[in-house]
Amino acid sequence: MTSLSASSFALSAAMAVAAGLIGSFALMRRMTLAADALSHVALPGIGAAILLGVHPLAGAVVALVAGAVLIWALESRTRLATETIIGVVFSAALAVGALLTTGEELMDALFGAPSTLSQAELLAGFVGAGAVILFVLLARDRLIMMFVSSDIARTAGINVRRLSLLYLLAFAVTVALGLRYLGALLMGSLMIIPPATARRLARNLASMLAISVAVALIATLLGEWVAARLNRESGPIIVSVAAVCFFLSLAGRRAPGV
Amino acid sequence: MPVKTANAVEVDHLSVRLGDVDILRDLSFSVPVASSVAVIGPNGSGKTVLFRALIGAIPHTGSVRWAPGTRIGYVPQRLDLERDLPVTGRDLLLARARLASVAPSAIERALTRVGLAPDILGKLVGTLSGGQFQRLLMAFALLADPTVLLLDEPTAGVDEPGQERLNDTVRRLQTEGVTVLLISHDLSVVFRFATTVLCLSRDHTCFGIPRQVLTPEILAQVYGEPVGFMIHD
Repeated sequence: MTSLSASSFALSAAMAVAAGLIGSFALMRRMTLAADALSHVALPGIGAAILLGVHPLAGAVVALVAGAVLIWALESRTRLATETIIGVVFSAALAVGALLTTGEELMDALFGAPSTLSQAELLAGFVGAGAVILFVLLARDRLIMMFVSSDIARTAGINVRRLSLLYLLAFAVTVALGLRYLGALLMGSLMIIPPATARRLARNLASMLAISVAVALIATLLGEWVAARLNRESGPIIVSVAAVCFFLSLAGRRAPGV
Repeated sequence: MPVKTANAVEVDHLSVRLGDVDILRDLSFSVPVASSVAVIGPNGSGKTVLFRALIGAIPHTGSVRWAPGTRIGYVPQRLDLERDLPVTGRDLLLARARLASVAPSAIERALTRVGLAPDILGKLVGTLSGGQFQRLLMAFALLADPTVLLLDEPTAGVDEPGQERLNDTVRRLQTEGVTVLLISHDLSVVFRFATTVLCLSRDHTCFGIPRQVLTPEILAQVYGEPVGFMIHD
């Protein structure tokens, strides 16, 4: 187990910020099921990449982008059909991925295993996280409009299909960023639990985004630190910290909007 | 192709098919600028589908031609948003104002136009009454200074005083030259506000001046049963 270097610490923070932001909009979009399932699709990509002898993350990114495009293409169909297909396809992806990946690699791919990052990996991580954060900040108003009402968004001149695809791609990139920490099985949780916690506590959209980012940061950085101290996989600990935040939020009560 | 006459929109042979069902069949009509059209018909007759086809949200055949420079304000019956999300009136209106590149001060003007107090800005959308919510959506639409307003049953689920306020708002917008297309179940509203009525049903469509078109016979054909109403002069 490696100690946490300053650059890897900064990348963890950037990934958590991206997850907190993108996840908040996933909650607005009612795509929590799809979000969780989409993270599973990274597994067959990792497995195929290992078999082919290429970087596992490259395989994960290809599989995740394909998954995002699949969800996007299914969106024009009925909600029931989409959810059914997501349930079947992404569970099958998990099964195929488990067959392609074996032993310790499977555990790492499923639950995350922080390792020393190369310069190239660090750079790719910062570029990916930066692109996601920038996208959310620049497209924030258009995303709000689209998730409030896609019909209103159309009359406001927003290209809803294109924005929806960009959002899903940003989602896929964020999942890829977190695979190292949480693995394919748990990354979806980091994008759902922090915004779910924020939804309980926030009084407006800006505070929801801020609380979601804060919870994702606390869970990732504290979880990673504890995992390093205990010499355990980081994913289960990060999700456990996030879950504690969520359960604590249940005890709190959102102040009425006044 | 742009509209040649002073029509806000011209619809030619519009048909919408969802799955195996024809929702709208061969619908043609035009709406003059600054007029108000009421769309009536029983549930499932395709009123909301018509609006969604007009804004290009669903595939259709035939043509919908808006006048050049048309700015559409759409007020749907409901939002895609879950009502318990921490989204305030300010969140919605600020996002719309920034997208329309209008100053935040326009928000207060839009609220005044729909008769809402500024304190609505701090309230969560999910805590608003039906009437407040509909007027907030109307203020949202007005922020971009629309030339055409599409209102999908704005008074559904709203109490009577709330309905009156909404109707007053619509009437004021009409006098300001905004073209209004309004889906309504309330025939008294249709007679009071609409210059033209479009009725939709499975087997019968009609289009014309309410007093000429809405005869008891035609209403019985549209709704499939006799409809009682009284016109107050």
